[in-house]
Amino acid sequence: MEDCLAKKMEITVSEAEKRTGRNAMNMQETYTAYLIETRAVESQSEGQCAPVDSLWRRYSEFELLRNYLSVTYPHIVVPPLPEKRADFVWHKLSADNMDPDFVERRRIGLENFLLRVASHPVLCQDKIFYSFLTQEGGWKEMVNETGFQLKADSRLKALNATFRVKNPDKRFTELKHYSDELQSVISHLLRVRARVADRLYGVYKVHGNYGRVFSEWSAIEKEMGDGLQSAGHHMDVYAASIDDILEEEEHYADQLKEYLFYAEALRAVCRKHELMQYDLEMAAQDLTSKKQQCEELATGTVRTFSLKGMTSKLFGQETPEQREAKIKVLEEQIQEGEEQLKSKNLESRDFVKSAWADIERFKEQKNHDLKEALISYAVMQISMCKKGIQVWTNAKECFSKM
Amino acid sequence: DTSLAEVNSFSPSMPVSPSSMLNQYKFEDEPELRDLFITVDDPESHITAIETFITYRVVTKTSRGEFDSSEYEVRRRYQDFLWLKSKLEEAHPTLIIPPLPEKFIMKGMVERFSDEFIETRRKALHKFLNRIADHPTLTFNEDFKIFLTAQAWELSSHKKQGPGLLSRMGQTVRAVASSVRGGVKNRPEMFTEMNNYMETFSQKINVLDKIAHRIYKEEREYFNEMKEYSPVHTLWSASEEDIADSLKGVASCIDKCCKATEKRMAGLSENLLPILHEYVLYSEILMGVLKRRDQIQGELDSKVDALANKKAEKDLFSEEIGKLEDKVECANNALKADWDRWKQNMQCDMRSTFTNVAENNLRYYEECLATWESFLASQTVDLHVEEDSEDRP
Repeated sequence: MEDCLAKKMEITVSEAEKRTGRNAMNMQETYTAYLIETRAVESQSEGQCAPVDSLWRRYSEFELLRNYLSVTYPHIVVPPLPEKRADFVWHKLSADNMDPDFVERRRIGLENFLLRVASHPVLCQDKIFYSFLTQEGGWKEMVNETGFQLKADSRLKALNATFRVKNPDKRFTELKHYSDELQSVISHLLRVRARVADRLYGVYKVHGNYGRVFSEWSAIEKEMGDGLQSAGHHMDVYAASIDDILEEEEHYADQLKEYLFYAEALRAVCRKHELMQYDLEMAAQDLTSKKQQCEELATGTVRTFSLKGMTSKLFGQETPEQREAKIKVLEEQIQEGEEQLKSKNLESRDFVKSAWADIERFKEQKNHDLKEALISYAVMQISMCKKGIQVWTNAKECFSKM
Repeated sequence: DTSLAEVNSFSPSMPVSPSSMLNQYKFEDEPELRDLFITVDDPESHITAIETFITYRVVTKTSRGEFDSSEYEVRRRYQDFLWLKSKLEEAHPTLIIPPLPEKFIMKGMVERFSDEFIETRRKALHKFLNRIADHPTLTFNEDFKIFLTAQAWELSSHKKQGPGLLSRMGQTVRAVASSVRGGVKNRPEMFTEMNNYMETFSQKINVLDKIAHRIYKEEREYFNEMKEYSPVHTLWSASEEDIADSLKGVASCIDKCCKATEKRMAGLSENLLPILHEYVLYSEILMGVLKRRDQIQGELDSKVDALANKKAEKDLFSEEIGKLEDKVECANNALKADWDRWKQNMQCDMRSTFTNVAENNLRYYEECLATWESFLASQTVDLHVEEDSEDRP
């Protein structure tokens, strides 16, 4: 991975700013712009830090970049963007795109996206990606000039189309099932987690009600007063502690979300392969039928029913010259077809080879990242328990002095 | 029959020394000082043509001379407890009679005869009798003794005796009449302080009761959601290879924490909720006791006022007033002593209840901590193993 961009360049999405502008229909809109800062990583012997370059991009430009990458590298599991709209929210979280917490989490997600692309052995070498990071003006035009949109449209159609492949590659079929399962299970987990977070919030916050009552009660008590009062204070601390706890958990949820969206990218690669396979099968089928037609014309036997064949029987036979011409055309087509089939086969084999290499890379990354995420979740739970123990130990001491 | 006379007279509480009060305040501890042990258990359903009701077994063990036997076993229904309470209130209007569980639970989701309801009631009835047994005055009340010892038919016939309906009504009328006149204006400062205290205490304890119920409700909702959380991880582990163990580990941790949450909830409903509820009832009882003291004072005050206007019948009045003055003094002393005792008990109950709540929560967090720490240990062991194998060529 010596060549990957991430090693040569520091990339951060350091700020987010609210902007107003005019959209394509000349209507006023509010959007958020993100500041991308890049700096070349100097070797230590040079001592000095390189200057920081920066430019502003909005979410739609990130989307454009990703679309370009997906279309241009169909065999790669392209890193996903953070969600467009807030999903899996619980009552305290806002579903508003302009909410500062949402914007902040998105900023982190966008930085993560750029780092993922920059550390990918293939994607990091892409020039459009490099320009995205370094060239403020004219980038959009540059992307459109690549003509990827045409490919994008047909790709989109393909991804959504239903067709049946006669001899599917078992590995890709299994992988597609896996990506479906992964999407389904992570969505489910995120939904339950959000509900659990909501309830946990309720439990902690309701303890905050103790503080005031204890304080008011302590006013009429002589011996119990101090104990009540200080216990109430600890209950307030307890109630307040949930905010930080759940904020940290949101980051964990975001880590899972990334793989929820990665599952989609994985699925897209499988579908692309399916499409290729289908294409190949259609081309092979077409070639076979042409060969058969040719043979029939040459030998005069009709093995397959064709309207032309019937009409020629009904309305008289063709002349030998006409037949010859037809055969010649077919032979040309057959030759073309065979070359096309050969190149399609090669294309398919190359696709499978490079896709599978990236899939292996992705699997390792996924296992590593998810395991770390689960560990970090355990660490968070441990921290929460320790805080709870501290607060209730203090409260117990106060109560025992009542 | 001296027992009946005792019931109708006012027995001033014996001067109780602080040390003996301390000895008696915690009825669960120091059983050596007690000579009366009562348990309430074994609820049984009875079905007749007219009604269905529950009886509870009341077992008494005692070494007291006044009791003919050392052990008694009787069956009592809720009505009987109500009767006992009203007799005690009648006999000792300014003593703090312990609370009885309510007749019905209005807002609860608990059915009248559900197991939960019966068990809650049983526990409260058990506490009721034991609190009476531990009370320095009430423990020697004759109706109490009859309640503990009489067979069902004996109790019914005893219930029918005593002041008739009309005389009881007369008492009520007098009480109402004197309450109209107050008894507040000559109220000693001490009792005004008690009134003020009780007003605030009553407010606060009601709020606390509500808070405790809300906490229970929130914990239950949390538990319900948590139940779904563990299985998702197990489901996920079925699709994975490398991370299947980690996922199963997380599933197991969540499951254990879920069970710990259930225990925490149970602790709340077995301990904090009943105690707070009792003290809500106590605050009502105490307001009633203070009112009755005022009424007794009011009787005296109205007679004194009447005397001021009818100087001719001075002699007649002075004997009556003398009696009333005694009555007021007894009532005040009884209340004062019982109040101090009640406050001691309340402080003790609150201290132990809330300490218990804290311990409950500590246990919960310690259990969860242990679970997650052992999971973490298992994961980092794996990581080290992986790192070692990567280092090898």
